[in-house]
Amino acid sequence: MGKFEYAPAPESRAVVSLRESYGLFIGGEFTPGVDGHAFKTISPATEEVLAEVTEAGPADVDRAVIAARKAYEHTWALMPGTERAKYLFRIARIVQERARELAVLESLDNGKPIRESRDVDIPLVAAHFFYYAGWADKLEHAGFGPAPRPLGVVGQVIPWNFPLLMLAWKIAPALACGNTVVLKPAETTPLTALAFAEICQQADVPPGVVNIVTGAGETGRALVTHPGIDKVAFTGSTEVGKEIARACAHSRQKLTLELGGKAANIVFEDAPIDQAVEGIVNGIFFNQGHVCCAGSRLLVQESVYTEVLAALRRRLETLRLGDPLDKNTDVGAINSAAQLAKIRELSQVGEAEGAQRWSAPCDLPVKGFWFPPTVFTGVSQAHRIAREEIFGPVLSVLTFRTPAEAVEKANNTPYGLSAGIWTDKGSLILWMASRLRAGVVWANTFNKFDPTSPFGGYKESGYGREGGRHGLEAYLDV
Amino acid sequence: MSALADTPTWSDASLRGFLHGLPGVDQVGAQARAAMLASRSIKTTAKQWALDAAISMIDLTTLEGQDTPGKVRALCAKAKRPDPADPSTPMVAAVCVYPDLAQVAATELNGSGVHVASVATAFPSGRAGLDVKLADVKYAVAAGADEVDMVIDRGAFLSGRYQQVFDEITAVKQASDGAHLKVILETGELVTLDNVRRASWLAMLAGADFIKTSTGKVTPAATLPVTLVMLEAVRDFRDAHGRQVGVKAAGGIRTAKDALRYLVLVNETAGEDWLDPRWFRLGASSLLNDLLMQRTKLATGRYSGPDYFTLD
Repeated sequence: MGKFEYAPAPESRAVVSLRESYGLFIGGEFTPGVDGHAFKTISPATEEVLAEVTEAGPADVDRAVIAARKAYEHTWALMPGTERAKYLFRIARIVQERARELAVLESLDNGKPIRESRDVDIPLVAAHFFYYAGWADKLEHAGFGPAPRPLGVVGQVIPWNFPLLMLAWKIAPALACGNTVVLKPAETTPLTALAFAEICQQADVPPGVVNIVTGAGETGRALVTHPGIDKVAFTGSTEVGKEIARACAHSRQKLTLELGGKAANIVFEDAPIDQAVEGIVNGIFFNQGHVCCAGSRLLVQESVYTEVLAALRRRLETLRLGDPLDKNTDVGAINSAAQLAKIRELSQVGEAEGAQRWSAPCDLPVKGFWFPPTVFTGVSQAHRIAREEIFGPVLSVLTFRTPAEAVEKANNTPYGLSAGIWTDKGSLILWMASRLRAGVVWANTFNKFDPTSPFGGYKESGYGREGGRHGLEAYLDV
Repeated sequence: MSALADTPTWSDASLRGFLHGLPGVDQVGAQARAAMLASRSIKTTAKQWALDAAISMIDLTTLEGQDTPGKVRALCAKAKRPDPADPSTPMVAAVCVYPDLAQVAATELNGSGVHVASVATAFPSGRAGLDVKLADVKYAVAAGADEVDMVIDRGAFLSGRYQQVFDEITAVKQASDGAHLKVILETGELVTLDNVRRASWLAMLAGADFIKTSTGKVTPAATLPVTLVMLEAVRDFRDAHGRQVGVKAAGGIRTAKDALRYLVLVNETAGEDWLDPRWFRLGASSLLNDLLMQRTKLATGRYSGPDYFTLD
């Protein structure tokens, strides 16, 4: 026992009222599925069943697309931008009003620490709706022609790592541009999307403008291959992204993909070391490493390797792993048993390939899915843990000697979503940034998001941009 | 780093080389880290421990032109028994006064275990000749101060005369004749966090027992980011030199909530070795009553009005 042990400080669950079961949100109402299939969503921290959720079949997807088409043709696309903006502003304000409830719900269903859902996810959700609400009546000034048209009905499939935030990234620009949407949340984290459906009702969003169909891979397949869909937007694994790209290749559908990453976080010898260590921690242990742009490859200049590693280990020993709803928790639960198995498997491969594994000493809860913050040293470019996305709290450490070598190693990956540079030298930041093949390059920070800033990948990290003015392009007929 | 730091003789150039070779501080990152730690939620048993710890770390301070022996006596009584209604309340660490009142404090606190701290070296500006500063220190120590809070020459530091700052600290250390030396950096005048880190190292290399944020006479006084950087410095200095140096945050810390934030900062930056009045102090006056009020609230479940706590 240390001198100063923080007593449990759990955020109350009382703000959340869960229903026993949820229908599909189609045409502005919750409706049962046609074939009656359902699945359970659990809390990954305790394996407690939270609610039963309807599994949408092809007939349900069809209903949703029809509702969206109707809303598109009769209401939403005809509405002036100023009117659409009002709905988006209203959604943003309701998200803020219900922020605590949404944060608790997100942490319950996803396993992420309440500190993150409260301070990062939900504020960014509201910020995205506010931001794109502002664009809705200014589209002719966005640089896509005098009167850019929406695309129509958009099918969107989102991942489980930032459930409500990814929904906001997808829905806010789509609606601002005049499209209607059918969105499928991930099967392990459907609850905040369903709460969002309630928010749409609360905001009087016209029926059919937003439709939420819950389900797993089959539901997603039915959605993205539906002939009534004009555009598909997907965030998730590269493997599924490729499958969707193949499916869409046979149709007129437009497609944007935001996929995996294996980002390099590059620390130079003149870096502000203490802040760089914070950036490394935030880069890979934020959201348990379930972040497509996570800084999962740490590239340290050899001359400061010992110093940085010592500081990093010391810092990791202070990370607090446990109950996601405790306000002092830094690292929460792994989202699912399947993801935990994948993280374990790749970590074992790392050891088998000869890298040295070190985990922060911490007690893992008995129930639920947990993995300690882990660092692999002695990693080379040839190791699988340096090449494959682990999507967990596992950092691979490599070294470099010169800026040119750092660029070479950073770019030597099939991915290209993000990168980080740590140095006090401004000119080196610019030199590096112009050579790194990554959609986002952070300088002396990491994992910072803002609705005004475009986000997206190079190479197998996908195509299309989300956020900012650039994010409008994916939802306009340009 | 350590090989150079052990060099017996310094010059402006070698000190500059060393201090400017320390890793930089990214201000945005340091502020973000301090803000994150400030969001820690300290409840129930943890709060109980932390409130008592904070009380025991206070340097109860009065540094006003209107100070009198009577005022200092009252403060000393409060220092020894902060809450007359509850004898389980810990004593504060020290009473901090101007040199001419150190004797009054020493008499009052004799045998109590509460230390007598005196500011010196032409506090708060430090704008006097070295002789005057040293005489100030000797006077305070002779009057019974066992802790000396000196100020560095910020003008010398900002114009790169590091050797002068170093030598003054060494001379004061010598003149303070074994009294515990706290070196005030006056971070509000150093402005940048890079300067805070460099001044911290300079003071520690010159023999400071404690490094202290501020005089309390300049705004901003203690802030969480500044204290974070100083805690990193004492942590790194001990790693490099094996000597532990304390940190004192002074000025502008008025509420129990603030005090708890500083303790979290200590706990998660320098580590629990520093969670002790020997290694961490809070320079404050009105803070004590808020800590006492929170302490009573925790024990009884009710808030008492300010009239139930003594004013001095």
